[in-house]
Amino acid sequence: MSEGPEPEAPKTGFPRLSVLLSDRAGGALVPLAATVLAFLIGGLVVLITGHNPLTAYRAIFNGTGFNWVFPWVTGEDRRRAASDLQETLRIATPLMLTAIAVAFAFRSGLFNIGGQGQYWIGFIGALFVGTHLHGAPRPLHILLGIAAGIVGGMLWGGIAGILRATVGAHEVITTIMLNWIAIFGGQYLFELGGPLQGSNASLPRSDVIDGSSKLWVFWGTQFSGLHVGIFLAIVALVAYFLILNRTTLGFTIRAVGFNPEAARYSGMPVRRSYFLALAIAGAFAGLAGAIDVLGYKYSVDTSDFGSGVAFTGIAVALLGRNKPVGIFFAALLFAGLQVGTSSRHLDPDIFEPALASDLSTMIQALVIFFVGADLLILYIWRLRRYLRLNPPKAEEPVPL
Amino acid sequence: MTERFASTRTIGAAGVALGVLAFWLTVPPFTIRAHAVPVVVGLAALGLGFAALAQGERRVAGFALAFAFVGGLGGLWAQGVDEQTLKDVLTAGVLASTLRFATPLAFAAMGGIFSERSGVVNIGLEGMMLTGAFFAVWGSIWSGTWVVGLLMAMLFGGLLALIHGIFSIHLRADQIVSGFAVNLLALGLTGYLFSAIYPGGIPNGEVSRVPTLGLGFLDSIPGIGGFLRDVFGGLSLLVWLMFLVVILAYVVLFKTAIGLRIRSVGEHPRAADTVGISVYGVRYAAVVTSGVLAALGGAFLSIGFVGTFSENMTSGRGFIALAAVIFGKWRPGWAFAATLLFGFGFALAIPLQREAGISANLVSTFPYVLTLVAVAGLIGRSIPPVAIGRPYVKQ
Repeated sequence: MSEGPEPEAPKTGFPRLSVLLSDRAGGALVPLAATVLAFLIGGLVVLITGHNPLTAYRAIFNGTGFNWVFPWVTGEDRRRAASDLQETLRIATPLMLTAIAVAFAFRSGLFNIGGQGQYWIGFIGALFVGTHLHGAPRPLHILLGIAAGIVGGMLWGGIAGILRATVGAHEVITTIMLNWIAIFGGQYLFELGGPLQGSNASLPRSDVIDGSSKLWVFWGTQFSGLHVGIFLAIVALVAYFLILNRTTLGFTIRAVGFNPEAARYSGMPVRRSYFLALAIAGAFAGLAGAIDVLGYKYSVDTSDFGSGVAFTGIAVALLGRNKPVGIFFAALLFAGLQVGTSSRHLDPDIFEPALASDLSTMIQALVIFFVGADLLILYIWRLRRYLRLNPPKAEEPVPL
Repeated sequence: MTERFASTRTIGAAGVALGVLAFWLTVPPFTIRAHAVPVVVGLAALGLGFAALAQGERRVAGFALAFAFVGGLGGLWAQGVDEQTLKDVLTAGVLASTLRFATPLAFAAMGGIFSERSGVVNIGLEGMMLTGAFFAVWGSIWSGTWVVGLLMAMLFGGLLALIHGIFSIHLRADQIVSGFAVNLLALGLTGYLFSAIYPGGIPNGEVSRVPTLGLGFLDSIPGIGGFLRDVFGGLSLLVWLMFLVVILAYVVLFKTAIGLRIRSVGEHPRAADTVGISVYGVRYAAVVTSGVLAALGGAFLSIGFVGTFSENMTSGRGFIALAAVIFGKWRPGWAFAATLLFGFGFALAIPLQREAGISANLVSTFPYVLTLVAVAGLIGRSIPPVAIGRPYVKQ
């Protein structure tokens, strides 16, 4: 594939990278190549530090539960695989949603690094409803909890949106700041003596939410099974697609993302669309937080605020190329990596879990590097000769 | 024009000083017990702030107003707290630990200024600090001397920055994506190496630490000698190096041809290219410099201060440094002032929690809230270099 000249290469000018790439394998080429490359380099690191990368990767894969789909996995192995898969899907759920939070903003030309803060505000909102509203019927309680999460995330994203729309403050900066405010603010709320600390005065954690606000578990046991949040995430992926591609709002957002000046000249409300893009993005991240707390976490400890679920969401969105299907599979990949390398699933005799979880962080980083640099992948595919960034003058013959 | 400008600034600076004074007079060693004092001094500071504002110097005026407000209110608060508590919270030790908190931030912030002034966004400061922190420990254990530790930190911090440079300059990847990946890579790599090389943790006492300079002679200065000794007498060599780096950053960026090149590449790369400046060359140099400096900040955390390494030990300091860069309007002096302000906040957090019961977590949000306020334009707009974040394509 990489050898020899491309017969259908255009004769003049240069096809835009994205065109070239989406012609191949529906745009999946770069993400796939990036993933393979990242795993190769990760394997190299494993090899250098004196382990066998193949056995390590195999052990990690077996911990993800993805082997559940193989019909030859039976008996005890199958039960184990099912439980692992439940965990992987449970982890993948918020990853899909926080990835949408990144992707949605991205389509309007904004980089939302604030998924972390939006996630936690949504989480806290849903937790508050779950612990403070007693006696509501279950569907209503759940609905209110989810609504609180969405509103919370929307609020946090909306602050960045308003700042961008009114004074032009760069959303990367404001969302980073809002992340840390949410993290430290959250720790403050639940610390010893904090305003939302639970009834056990000696623990820096919240109460457990009421049973009536817990999401239904449909596969596996109550505590380790898979809750219905995964369906909400899939619905959100569809909604993301529909809002962007089938509504006026989505059209405006995409137009602004494509070229804000052109959008402005054609009379589109650019500022309002910046605000809406970040607020809606925040809503998705807030939903992720709500689903996590209502689905399986049920309470929060101040030490939980360090976890970087929304940061992984950024990686998911980048790898998934902001496309719903891409996000779905990228979320499965990263969730699998996280579960497969956790100490509960990985046999320390084969590969140290402490090493493996750092390995998965490294692989994530490499994937992002490579996806972010189409040029590099192209160099590797020996397509450099077609890379003429400045269209040559029409008279000149184009060397092939 | 310049004269008028300077005098306006002086008015604003006097406002800031009065704002500090409004608070300072009410705490040890002065401990003046009269509500009128912080009110009057604070109002005077406010007046100076408005005077500066009226003459159009928004940033300094904003600082003066903020200090007047905080200083006056702080002074009033201090009136209601008994003297012993005040003494416990506000010690010379707080000033010394302000410097210790500010040092890693200042190193990274100076690095960030170099990179961003050349037009390359660097949200990878956090990762570069973390890399510096790890390799400083590694080098210092491996060789037995902290000098090698510092060199290793600078080397690997520079290498990581080089990766960021290659991706964001040559490969024209999104600079924010690349910086984000740098952070993840550093987190994974240092964690992996840490677990692989030191499975039992860092052995106690194995790390050669950067020496502290015991400046005993400060004691002999009449009057304030004891105070000076308490603040400056036991600081790490790296703190002094940090002062040097801040001054150098200012001089290089604003008083030399090199600085002019860096800034021109960040403001208008095409124009810089036309007059023969290598845009890529300058950007690479600036980005690698930022990695080296950020790594020094990380090294201060590990071999300069605690003498060990732990996973993700920078815990967001790179982002605070980034905040300081923006808060300080991409200028070394102001960014340094911002790191001191943030450092003071952190230094106060622990005694405030202990003595006054104010949540340390709440105090920790303060740098971020301030930066948010700053970018919102309330204390004079922070306007980034024009070409920041845009890859340059040669023609």
